[in-house]
Amino acid sequence: MSFQILLNLLLAFTWMFLKNEYSGNTFTIGYILGLLILIVFRHFFNERFYLLRVYAVMKLVLLFFRELLLSNIAVLKVILKPRLTITPGIFALETKLTKDWEITTLANLITLTPGTLVVNVSADNKTLYIHAMDLADKQEAIDNIKNTFEKAIMEVSR
Amino acid sequence: MIETFKLIAGILILLGAFLFLASTLGVIRLPDVYTRNHAASKSTTLGVTSILIGTCIYFYAQHGHFNSRLILAIFFILLTAPVAGHLISRAAYNTNVKLWKNSSEDDLEKARMAKRKE
Repeated sequence: MSFQILLNLLLAFTWMFLKNEYSGNTFTIGYILGLLILIVFRHFFNERFYLLRVYAVMKLVLLFFRELLLSNIAVLKVILKPRLTITPGIFALETKLTKDWEITTLANLITLTPGTLVVNVSADNKTLYIHAMDLADKQEAIDNIKNTFEKAIMEVSR
Repeated sequence: MIETFKLIAGILILLGAFLFLASTLGVIRLPDVYTRNHAASKSTTLGVTSILIGTCIYFYAQHGHFNSRLILAIFFILLTAPVAGHLISRAAYNTNVKLWKNSSEDDLEKARMAKRKE
């Protein structure tokens, strides 16, 4: 990914040198032309075209903010209820992710999801131990959310 | 136009203050370290974020001054708050702080017992 971005920057600078104009506008035009060239030559790279990955990162960020809002509403509901009817507990979650940064991102996302908090990551990086605010009915819903997170992170790192 | 922006900023700051109040209530009301950590790590994160966004909008509308440090601060807080919550609950677990009596299951305890048996 970084190689493609560097190549694109190089193409943009080449365009600036060709035009003999050194301004932000020329740079932008050169960058867009470089993008078109990279799209045409995308089969020569080992990785995907990098804008797809940028798009995946943006989707992940949006997901992060949505979950932050939802988790706040869920926590507020529990706090402001007159009686505590929660059944907390710790459950284990197997993860398919392997790289350190992926697991860190997943743990951060889980911590900001409705009613879950990562307590421990096992020594072999395969299991996350998660404290859930309300274990009774949410186990399956939470697993679904994990699948969307894991999928979104894999989309970025694939 | 400026009035609208000021109104939005005011609403955001009030919302942030309300979230702080709610998370303080949560820290007082909830029964054990882990559930308190839920309240503390989530509501305050969003509270700080919304107060900082409100401040940023206010200064931009009122004085035409865009303060990028506020955006940086939001970014840092969003990155560090969940990690802090995780570390506090992990430290609590490792020093054998008990879960609340109504807690239903504890897979981490099971995993540790299984490891000790080996």
